Amino acid sequence: MINSPAPGGLWALHAINYESPKTVDEAVKLLAAHGEQARPLCGGTDLIIQLRAGVRRPEYVVDIKNIREMRRIEFSMQHGLRLGAAVPCVEIYENGDMRKYYPGLTEAAHLIGSLQIQSRASVGGNLCNGSPAADTTPALIALGAKCRVVGPGGERLVPVEDFCTAPGRTVLQAGELLVEFQIPSPARNSSDAYLRFIPRNEMDIAVVGVGASVTLDLSDERISEARIGLAAVGPTPIFAREASQALSGKRISDETVERAAQFAIAAASPIDDMRGTAEFRRHITGVLTRRTVAKAIERARSTQTSR
Amino acid sequence: MAKKVVVEATINGEQTEFLCEPRQSLLEALRDVLELTGSKEGCLTGDCGACTVIVDGRPLCSCLMLSVEAQGKTIQTIEGLAQPEGLHVLQQKFLEHASLQCGICTPGFLMSAKALLDHNPKPTEGEIRYALAGNLCRCTGYDKIVRAVADAAQTLASGTRKGSAGRLGSGPSASEQTEQFLQEQEVK
Repeated sequence: MINSPAPGGLWALHAINYESPKTVDEAVKLLAAHGEQARPLCGGTDLIIQLRAGVRRPEYVVDIKNIREMRRIEFSMQHGLRLGAAVPCVEIYENGDMRKYYPGLTEAAHLIGSLQIQSRASVGGNLCNGSPAADTTPALIALGAKCRVVGPGGERLVPVEDFCTAPGRTVLQAGELLVEFQIPSPARNSSDAYLRFIPRNEMDIAVVGVGASVTLDLSDERISEARIGLAAVGPTPIFAREASQALSGKRISDETVERAAQFAIAAASPIDDMRGTAEFRRHITGVLTRRTVAKAIERARSTQTSR
Repeated sequence: MAKKVVVEATINGEQTEFLCEPRQSLLEALRDVLELTGSKEGCLTGDCGACTVIVDGRPLCSCLMLSVEAQGKTIQTIEGLAQPEGLHVLQQKFLEHASLQCGICTPGFLMSAKALLDHNPKPTEGEIRYALAGNLCRCTGYDKIVRAVADAAQTLASGTRKGSAGRLGSGPSASEQTEQFLQEQEVK
C-alpha cells in the first residue's frame, strides 16, 4: 500500500467524517444529531462541488445510497410509483416501467448533465439542491408527485411544487431526509413530457424547462386533466396552476394549447442573466409549453392501445 | 482530523487495497495513492470528463465520487483498457484516425466510449455524440474522435480487427490518407 504524498492541492476538500447508514432511521438519527454539521451525500454531483468550493463545510457526510428504501423503483398500475430519492438517473431511464408509464420524468432524468453525471445524480438530489432550473422538478410537478419526508419528529408528505422555497432552499428542517417520491398511477390515456431550452446540445443548465402531463377523454376529444411545471423562470420551480386549469375539460385544439401557453408565460417571473433575458425566457416558456403539451397529448393518445 | 480508511476494490481486474482519507475523491485516490495517473484532473466540477472511469459498468466522473465510496466496487481505468495482446480496438482506432493531439482528454474519451460500446454495440452517430457529450476536447474538434468510435464499433461488431473509415462518411481514415499521400510522393 502506498500512502498519500500530498493533501490534494488547492482544491482539496476539508476534512470530513464519512457515514454510511443502512436504514432511514439510522440516517435521520445521524442528521438530527449533527444538524448543520451533517449533509446527506447522494450522487455528489452537487454536494462535492460545493464542498470543494468551500460553500458548505459540514463535518459529517452521510451517504444515503446504501439505504434500500431510498434506492427502489416500485411500480404497479394499482398503487402507482414509489421512486426512491436516491435512485440515480441512469437507473430511471434503464427501467422499462419508467420509460413506458412516465416518459416525461424519464426524459428529464436523461437530460441532466452528461451520462457520467447521470450515473450518479438522483432525482431526490436534483430537488433538494433547490435550483430553480432543476430539470426533473417540472416533470415531477406535472405528475403531481408527493415527497415523503422523514425526520426526528415523524413523517410528512409535501407536494413537490411546495418543496423549494427560494434558490437553494427547501422545506427540509434539521434532521429531515427526503426518502421517496409518491406518484399516482397513470390514468388511462394519460402521459407526460419534458422539454428544455439550452444554448448547446447537452450539458447546459436549463434556460427554460417545461414539464406537462395530460389525461385525455378520447370519447369527447377533450383534455380531462392537465398539469404544467416550469423550471428556470422564477426563484423556485413553478406549478403553473392557471395554465393547467386552462386545459382541463377543454377540447383538444391549437386554441386550447395556445391559451395554456399564455397562462404559462404569465406564471413565469424570469430574470435577465447570462443565459438569457427575461423577455427571451417568457417567449420560450410559451414555445415549450405548446410543444410539451402537444407531445404529452400525442403520447396519451397512443397509450390507448398499449395499456 | 478524520482517520484514514482502508478501501478494498477491484481495479482493472485486480483486488486492490488502499489507504485514504474520506475527503479524498476517487480521482485523488487513483492518482495520488495508487499512482494510476492515466485519469486526468480537468475541472473538478464534472464538466470536462477528463477524469472519467467506469465503476460497476457505468461511466462517471471520479472527481465527484469520494474515494471511500469505492469500497466493494469494480473499477476500470484507462490503465486497464489495453490487453496483454495489444491495444484495445478503440485505442487503435484513435491512433489510426488521429483522434488526439495533446492527449489529455483522451483517457476520459476512451473510457466513455468503452462504456458506450459495452452497453450499445451499434450506436448511431447521434448516440455516439450524446454519449461523449460529457467529455471536452480543446484540440481536435471532436470529428475524428466520433469517427474513431464509429469505426471501433463497426470493427468490434464485425469481429475483425480491420475496419473502415467509419459509418460517418465515405473515404479513407487519416492514416490511410497519409499512406496514399506518401505513395503519390514516391511516384513523383
